[in-house]
Amino acid sequence: MLCMPEIRNMTLNFGPQHPAAHGVLRLVLEMDGEVIERADPHIGLLHRATEKLAESKPYNQSIGYMDRLDYVSMMCNEHAYVIAIERLLGIEPPMRAQYIRTLFDEITRILNHLMWLGSHALDIGAMTVFLYAFREREDLLDCYEAVSGTRMHATYYRPGGVYRDLPGVMPQYQASKWHNEKEVKRLNRNRQGSLLDFIEDFTERFPKCVDDYEALLTDNRIWKQRTVGIGVVPRDRALQLGFSGPMLRGSGVAWDLRKKQPYAVYDQLDFDIPVGKHGDCYDRYLVRIEEMRQSNRIIKQCVGWLRGHPGPVVVDDRKLIPPRRVEMKEDMEALIYHFKLFTEGYCVPEGEVYAAVEHPKGEFGIYLISDGANKPYRLKIRAAGFAHLSALNEMVKGHMLADVVAIIGTQDIVFGEIDR
Amino acid sequence: MADSVQELASRVEQRFADKLTRSTVNVGQVTVLLPAMHLLEVCRALRDEPQFAFQQLMDVCGVDYSAYGVADWETTETSRSGFSRGVSIGVHRETGDGHPRYAVVYHLLSIKHNQRLRLRCLLEGDPPKVDSVVEIWASADWYEREAFDLFGILFEGHPDLRRILTDYGFVGHPFRKDFPLVGNVEVRYDPEKQRVVYQPVTIENRVLVPKVIRHDPRHTGGDNN
Repeated sequence: MLCMPEIRNMTLNFGPQHPAAHGVLRLVLEMDGEVIERADPHIGLLHRATEKLAESKPYNQSIGYMDRLDYVSMMCNEHAYVIAIERLLGIEPPMRAQYIRTLFDEITRILNHLMWLGSHALDIGAMTVFLYAFREREDLLDCYEAVSGTRMHATYYRPGGVYRDLPGVMPQYQASKWHNEKEVKRLNRNRQGSLLDFIEDFTERFPKCVDDYEALLTDNRIWKQRTVGIGVVPRDRALQLGFSGPMLRGSGVAWDLRKKQPYAVYDQLDFDIPVGKHGDCYDRYLVRIEEMRQSNRIIKQCVGWLRGHPGPVVVDDRKLIPPRRVEMKEDMEALIYHFKLFTEGYCVPEGEVYAAVEHPKGEFGIYLISDGANKPYRLKIRAAGFAHLSALNEMVKGHMLADVVAIIGTQDIVFGEIDR
Repeated sequence: MADSVQELASRVEQRFADKLTRSTVNVGQVTVLLPAMHLLEVCRALRDEPQFAFQQLMDVCGVDYSAYGVADWETTETSRSGFSRGVSIGVHRETGDGHPRYAVVYHLLSIKHNQRLRLRCLLEGDPPKVDSVVEIWASADWYEREAFDLFGILFEGHPDLRRILTDYGFVGHPFRKDFPLVGNVEVRYDPEKQRVVYQPVTIENRVLVPKVIRHDPRHTGGDNN
């Protein structure tokens, strides 16, 4: 027998400052040559104790924290939180508010998937998709800005509805030393009408954009080599590991909370749920691409409904919703309610509830325990990415180092929600 | 949906009649309270028996009940016409039943029947201990590590019970109700030692909004005045 050289396994530190780690993931990889033997993700580097902070604040003050959990799908996080409070209070937001929430949930889904698509492709080596995806994200972030005043951390949903109605005018660009009159005119072409006109224009353009992304990737030889057969999770394993959302659907389970346990107005809208077959990175990619097309369909339907149905966007309850500024100037009662709401908040009846929404990344759940006070007694956030990342070891075992990046990408990980 | 929830509650009660402490239906969700000693047996049956088929464990959550019902003010009822005054400042306790301090809450999901179930185990002793369900649902792995990290609940039989969210070398369990919100230590850069050092916190915790418990009859089905 020949004399074998001594072979040792190597331990490799990946992150926490690595662009392909999607944030602050520290991954300790045990390698045998270039093959992964074991992966041990160290998380918590972005832990802010959101749940503990929420216990010390009145309910409404924590809505803003929800945006900062998964900071690429802000309004979906808020949605789960306000649904939990609404269920305990036993209130139902008006129809228009429900449609607005559905509209923005789907805008958020597209925002999230565009972010995922761009960064996933960039990780694997395709630069162009990233630039295209961010071009469309810009328009959607403008919708966020028009409705809430901020481009990311909207704090737009409220228990009982949404903060305010959709604006009748879409903000426009103004000429500056960087953009001349002619350019500004071109940029403002689809901003002449209301926010709904702008969104409708977007839904007309967007399917063509998705076609462009697909033209770059779907049949791309390199893309397929990097994703087909990588990170395969069989159906039963996906259930065991607590997968949800596109990760579960990519493995062939037709499960979507929007269809199975509908909230808001999803039961009145027409859309399909794409399901994968093989449970590999490529199938999950196809599922998410199709989800963007379906979201576009939902947005179209919501815009149509919202045009024809003006009305209130919050419940009429002074204990929950502050009075209008004008009323406060004249009405003593309104002033008292305002003072009470902002110094003390409202008390939620004793009980517990688990409210889950179909977040772009999977099932996002809020488990809320109230002891009847004006602050949550315990708030537990069930983040989809947490369960997905815990399966990373299993998914990367036996793959090459470069595939780790593809698998982190396909899990669509954001540390805001995993570390909370 | 409401019917199937009631039906699930009665099915669970029938099947595990001798093992459960109590089962309740609240806000359209079934909660089952069971003693920690029966946990594994009940969980395995809930996963494997086709009438339940809870294939997924969605969440495991630790709870510290030591401050439950403790408010900063004493108050009376709220009505549609107004709020009652906060009467006295100081610690006021609404409920004082001597049930154990810690609990673990499991959220199960059955894709087959489209149903959810919540299991709650109250844990005796210090440190609180409970059997790990990793063998039954693989997703419990990190959730149990999290509950251990934040509450100090020990999961017996867990293969790798390490801290997960807090810092390397962290002391204490931050989500317990007696752990201060601002923490115990802070970090700063020490120019003399030329490294980051830990020191006791220099800030004090401020309560901006006192915790108040008010009973609002409108939400609890009482008088609607």
